[in-house]
Amino acid sequence: MRKLLTITATIAATGLLLSGCAAGGSDSASTEDVVAEASDEALVVYNAQHEQLTEEWVEEFTAQTGIEVVLRNGGDSELGNQLVAEGEASRADVFLTENSPAMSLVENEGLFAPVDAETLALVPEQYRPASGMWTGIAARSTVFVYNPELLYESELPTSILDLQNPEWMGSWGGAPAGADFQAIVSAILETQGTEATAEWLEGMKENATIYRNNIVTMKAVNAGEVAGGIIYHYYWFRDSDAEGENSGNTKLHYFGNEDPGAFVSVSGGGVLASSDNADKAQQFLAFLAGADGQKILGEGYSFEYPVGSEVDARDPLPALDSLNAPVVDPSSLNSPEVLKLMMQAGLL
Amino acid sequence: MTRTSRATRASTTTTTPPSPGLLVVVVVLAIGMLIPVGYVIEATARIGLDELGALLLRPRVGELLTNTVLIVLLAVPLTIVLGVGSAWLVERTDLPGRRFFAVLCVAPLAIPSFVSSYGWASIVPSIQGLGGGLLVATLAYYPLVYLPALATLRGLNPSLEESARSLGLTEGAILLRVVIPQLRLAILGGGLIVALHLLAEYGAFAFIRFDTFTTAIVVAYQSTFAGPSAASLGIVLALLSIIVLAIEATARGRARYAYVGSSSATQAQPIALGRFTPVAILSVTALGALATVVPMASVIRWSFAAKPDMLDGLWRALVDTSLLSLSGAVGAVLVALPIAWLATRHPSRLSKTLEGGYSIASSLPAIIVALALVTVTLNVAPAIYQTAATVTAAYVIIFLPRALVTLRAGLAQVPESLEEAARALGTPPLLARLRVTLPLLLPAIAAAGALVALGAANELTATLLLAPTGTRTLATQFWSAASSIDYPGAAPYAITLVLLSIPAVALLFAQTGSKAR
Repeated sequence: MRKLLTITATIAATGLLLSGCAAGGSDSASTEDVVAEASDEALVVYNAQHEQLTEEWVEEFTAQTGIEVVLRNGGDSELGNQLVAEGEASRADVFLTENSPAMSLVENEGLFAPVDAETLALVPEQYRPASGMWTGIAARSTVFVYNPELLYESELPTSILDLQNPEWMGSWGGAPAGADFQAIVSAILETQGTEATAEWLEGMKENATIYRNNIVTMKAVNAGEVAGGIIYHYYWFRDSDAEGENSGNTKLHYFGNEDPGAFVSVSGGGVLASSDNADKAQQFLAFLAGADGQKILGEGYSFEYPVGSEVDARDPLPALDSLNAPVVDPSSLNSPEVLKLMMQAGLL
Repeated sequence: MTRTSRATRASTTTTTPPSPGLLVVVVVLAIGMLIPVGYVIEATARIGLDELGALLLRPRVGELLTNTVLIVLLAVPLTIVLGVGSAWLVERTDLPGRRFFAVLCVAPLAIPSFVSSYGWASIVPSIQGLGGGLLVATLAYYPLVYLPALATLRGLNPSLEESARSLGLTEGAILLRVVIPQLRLAILGGGLIVALHLLAEYGAFAFIRFDTFTTAIVVAYQSTFAGPSAASLGIVLALLSIIVLAIEATARGRARYAYVGSSSATQAQPIALGRFTPVAILSVTALGALATVVPMASVIRWSFAAKPDMLDGLWRALVDTSLLSLSGAVGAVLVALPIAWLATRHPSRLSKTLEGGYSIASSLPAIIVALALVTVTLNVAPAIYQTAATVTAAYVIIFLPRALVTLRAGLAQVPESLEEAARALGTPPLLARLRVTLPLLLPAIAAAGALVALGAANELTATLLLAPTGTRTLATQFWSAASSIDYPGAAPYAITLVLLSIPAVALLFAQTGSKAR
């Protein structure tokens, strides 16, 4: 059977050659130039923020500075875990996310370099962690989306805490598994304490229909499956700005009043300590938090809130300060306790 | 004739031992394929048994285990019934429009399962749970049974059936007692691929409310950000896949299915459906509509709302997708060939165990496979990190069963006796193998490559994590747009993905006929 080995080896060699050609071909066709740039000159951004928004940012930043930027797109969790797995060997210079938990993950592994003080000064304190290892670059507000066919205005909950009461049995929905929602639970924990949070979570397990994410929750409310749901504001604004397919039958209710249901979650940006392009990376972060970057965000398609450089939010969003959000330090969010409580309640 | 003569079967029981060289190649490759399993075991060891116990003894885990086991137990038989049933109808009966229906039945293979489930969720927003998961998964995966069943049916010599008929058996009895037993390899192979896919499926279940171990692991990565504990849940999937593999290996037994000569000297006489004709037409039409028309309808509807500037990245994504999936297909065929050879030419307990080792990792969620490769390549070969090589490796691990099962079936049908005859006539062994066996195996190689390429083109997470920075594939672009509810932006990518898949599906379909004609 020695010949068998020979033939296998022959086929394998031919094939490897072929696949080598294929891989080589793929490189020269599309990716080689990008990778070559990425390895020395260009800034590598691990991007979990909305792609379209980051592309607009990059275009303007490159036009202003001549610095090339390469994006590696992915989700908060995938890229956060990838950065941890890569550790010091990472080729990333900057990490951008939609939520703060992935930032904390990377921060806790000691992988971030401190953000330049001038950049931090552009962002009000409540929209960045006290540690200064990363900064908020955008914000999103918790809202209660409801179907007016199923719920009169007078029946709306005055606090997110009301939703644990028996009268809400079967009539609201949420997506507790996402990092999005855990930030909200963290806000409840921060403002109400452990016992109240545990009770609220038990009430949620009893009353709520569990969905996979914000969009699915909104769709369910739109379709009349449940009367209301907890989501972040911009999903609704974006959908109504497009076709209104998943939001046409719904309205938004803001809790305000420093209620934990009025919680505002921040999107983060940070510079990796292992970056070979630290100066350029800091420059990019300063651009994002600066007037030009925030203006692009404020006028762009994403409907997120600008947090820095006193730029206004896109019409028809209510102003960020008018939301009366509870005050919570982003770095205090998503403690292991939140997960423990959610597991105990059977939500995770 | 497909079923072996007594003589060939006898020769398989006195199988020759494989050469040490081949064994070494297979063992080395198997170790490579087991990297993600090693990663899971390492993660489990890191968190310790106590934490693993706490993770696994949650009430939620009971729900997940039930869902995961139920979807495999229910969906696999369903895909077999649908796959074999439709293959029999279009191949063996006088169903009007057989050719059209034969193509319609394979069409869902061109539609990524997550696109199909997205389409269903758009049209039936309340779709959820086991029922929803079953509907989406069955419709997306039955072609994986249909194709091999169709190929085998075309290759069958109808004389056995005719003998049975002349002995007075009814058509139903012939189907059950004569035809289906001959489809055993096709059914088991197709069923195995479907089962392993179901264990690892995320995308198809993401748009509907149905949770399995895999969806929970992906969610765990999103929520707890605790890598090791999320990865350790993969242990359960690995164990489930070992059970699935063991069942398949036992059921497959040692039977050989080689035949010599042009089998279909006599063309099968189509069975008259008679008064069942309308029912048959109705069921195949319904199947095609549910599996193809419904999911595509919402995608096409949204594509009308797409603006021209949304098409900017399309060409780039098309090129990247084609090259990466091609490279995955070549890689998977190369890795699968030695083990398929060992399994068919030297069947033994050892070869079956090695074969299983190759396939276990394909039941793990892609995020685990990808993170395992991140860790291993950065430590062992940092130069190939985030190059086409790492992403190809991931595709090979994830889609290997598709190549393995197809090549195994192809090899099983190539009679060793032809090669022996060539050698007896004085051809050197290597040349005999190249000139006799390889050409006979080419259709199976092409089919295996096409099946892997189809899967790779739709792969998401591993591509995101491992492809060279800046790579855009159709699947990642679709997902990125669809998850920011930019449906008009997502639709062109979904449609291009389907169009790109058509040649591979056409190739697969053509292969089903080439054996018999």
